[in-house]
Amino acid sequence: MKSYLLETAAGRTQIRVQEAGSGTPLLYLHSAGGLAESDPFVAALGQHFHVYAPSLPGYLDSEGADNLRTMLDFTLWGFDVMDALGIEQPVVVGHSMGGMIAAEMAALNPRAFKGLGLISAAGLWLDDYPMPDIFAKLPFELPELLFSDPVLGTQIISEGYDFGSNQDELVSFMTRFQDESFLQDFLIKNARRLGTAGKILFPIPERGLSERLYRATLPTVIVWGDADKLMPMPYAAAFQRLLPHAALVTIPGAAHMAPYEQTGAVLDALQRFH
Amino acid sequence: MKFTFFHLMAWPHLPDDFREQHHSVWVDVPNSLYDPARGHDVYHNYLDQLEYAEQCGFDALGVNEHHANAYGLMPSPNLMAATLTRRTSRAAIMVLGNSIALYNPAVRVAEEFAMLDVMSGGRFIGGFPVGTSMDTNYAYGTVPTETRERYAEAHELIIRAWTEREPFAFNGRYNKLRYVNIWPRPLQQPYPAIHIPGGGSIETYDFCIENTYSYSYLSYSGYLRGRDLMRGYWDQVASRAVDESPYRAGFAQVICVGETDAEAEKLYKQHIDYFYNRCLHVYPGFGEAPGYRTIKTLKRGAIPQLTPKGVKTLSQLSWKELLDQRYVICGSPETVRQQCEEMIQELRFGNLFCLMALGNMPDDKVRHSTRLFGEKVMPKLRHLWPDYAEDNRFWCRPIANRRHPDSELRGVA
Repeated sequence: MKSYLLETAAGRTQIRVQEAGSGTPLLYLHSAGGLAESDPFVAALGQHFHVYAPSLPGYLDSEGADNLRTMLDFTLWGFDVMDALGIEQPVVVGHSMGGMIAAEMAALNPRAFKGLGLISAAGLWLDDYPMPDIFAKLPFELPELLFSDPVLGTQIISEGYDFGSNQDELVSFMTRFQDESFLQDFLIKNARRLGTAGKILFPIPERGLSERLYRATLPTVIVWGDADKLMPMPYAAAFQRLLPHAALVTIPGAAHMAPYEQTGAVLDALQRFH
Repeated sequence: MKFTFFHLMAWPHLPDDFREQHHSVWVDVPNSLYDPARGHDVYHNYLDQLEYAEQCGFDALGVNEHHANAYGLMPSPNLMAATLTRRTSRAAIMVLGNSIALYNPAVRVAEEFAMLDVMSGGRFIGGFPVGTSMDTNYAYGTVPTETRERYAEAHELIIRAWTEREPFAFNGRYNKLRYVNIWPRPLQQPYPAIHIPGGGSIETYDFCIENTYSYSYLSYSGYLRGRDLMRGYWDQVASRAVDESPYRAGFAQVICVGETDAEAEKLYKQHIDYFYNRCLHVYPGFGEAPGYRTIKTLKRGAIPQLTPKGVKTLSQLSWKELLDQRYVICGSPETVRQQCEEMIQELRFGNLFCLMALGNMPDDKVRHSTRLFGEKVMPKLRHLWPDYAEDNRFWCRPIANRRHPDSELRGVA
């Protein structure tokens, strides 16, 4: 896997890109939690695709957060990245917040993509299923909400995906949220990341996508964990209803962070785009 | 010294097991706990107390803005200030303040503050808080990273609306107005004194210094905890080479006065306990939305109490801790005078915001404490800054010929 800085938007900003694999190009847009410096899911995508995974401003060392305000800015940011990378007709896949941006890009210009993959995607709001407010969660409350295995989740959130080798090691990470200097560092990174995410997700992660999805006439797969506590299954059904050509793949027992907990099942669902 | 009787207007009927049964006093506290019929009495008692404070010699009557908050029942402090203009005539009326980032267009604040200034005969003092994350982001939905940009734009718009005498166009990012033209305009020229509540960011220090606004630290944690922050402010004032008038700063302090130390504890302890242990039961997840504070400030700042242990112990303070750590100044007039004097000298400020009506304190006790402070404490503190007695840049400038509440005739109180 390669990792490099890329100038985008006609030299206006620099962003971090991770690139791996070969074959069909795939643009992967990350969730509000962001990518690890050497992200295991991006690496896994690289086994089947030529994956390009840019980090949004505020994530890792990507710059340019001041230039992103509206949903349109985020959508055009995605196209700017494609232009800077020089990739044509990629599959665009997004997880959670990244799914919201991928769906917007597909709705804006469906002919630019070979296909669309939405993994537990944000962007819709269902009054009957109000999703928990991730912006008001304390760090130690997040693993339980986002992962089916909170111990693993704590480690991923706290340690940037440095997977430990045994259960005792993982449990010890749980105590890191008691440590003040660690916590301060976490809060600063969290403020940068969620500061950016908040522009399209706060206070309600809905910016009119449902009214534009009819335009996304490309082959689409929706991938969802049936144990997602943040965005439960009715959100998957709503996407399927609104998108013209979408198949739904449900992953039994998977939570919101399915790409990191059930990587194989998520990759299987994306096989159709080879 | 200038003394402001500051009312938070808490809901005094939170259940005994409030902490155990409810997630937070702010943002998601269910309003089934609010009883509007009792609320009618509560509002009038509180307004009566503010009017009584004027009789006790306080220089200003202070109100503030909160939303979805069981200890702050003033989503619109301007309404409260408006009623006070009719029933008082001497004291300044201080709205500290309106969260200007929340008003769209922000000329609404320029208009309402101008109304209050005219109605009060120039007794108005305004405040422009950035607004807490609880109010601004969680209760009113402002995107956290937009908060400060909206604030800055609103500030520019309000000042221009107050000072320009011809309609003008304002092409802001958030306020797009073809015709800015406020009627009425403020009575005080060029506009009323402004106080800015701050929480320790250098940007806010500079903002106050550049605009000749008074910097106010409004916390409930007392003056020992306020020392570092105020020192930072005065260091910044010194580095900017402006005068060091104590009226450039204000500080809020919980104060309860009894005839003796023992009487004070007996009268007020349970109500202070209600305030700290029920009213300040705020879920820490609402304390600061990510992006609300700048990264620069976060890097310097102390971290909030976000650990599971911190959440558990938050606001579980004993009476002795509250007193010893000066969260609360409570005691005989002499005890209160001595501690207030120490606080005023050490922190260096000219505006004391006295928090005397707290939590579920009944009316007679509020009046007792307020009267004792006015009679026996205030006179001994009033002349602490003789060198700056003429500095009225941070205070109101009423007109002499203004209406008196008890008379239909024009008169001066």
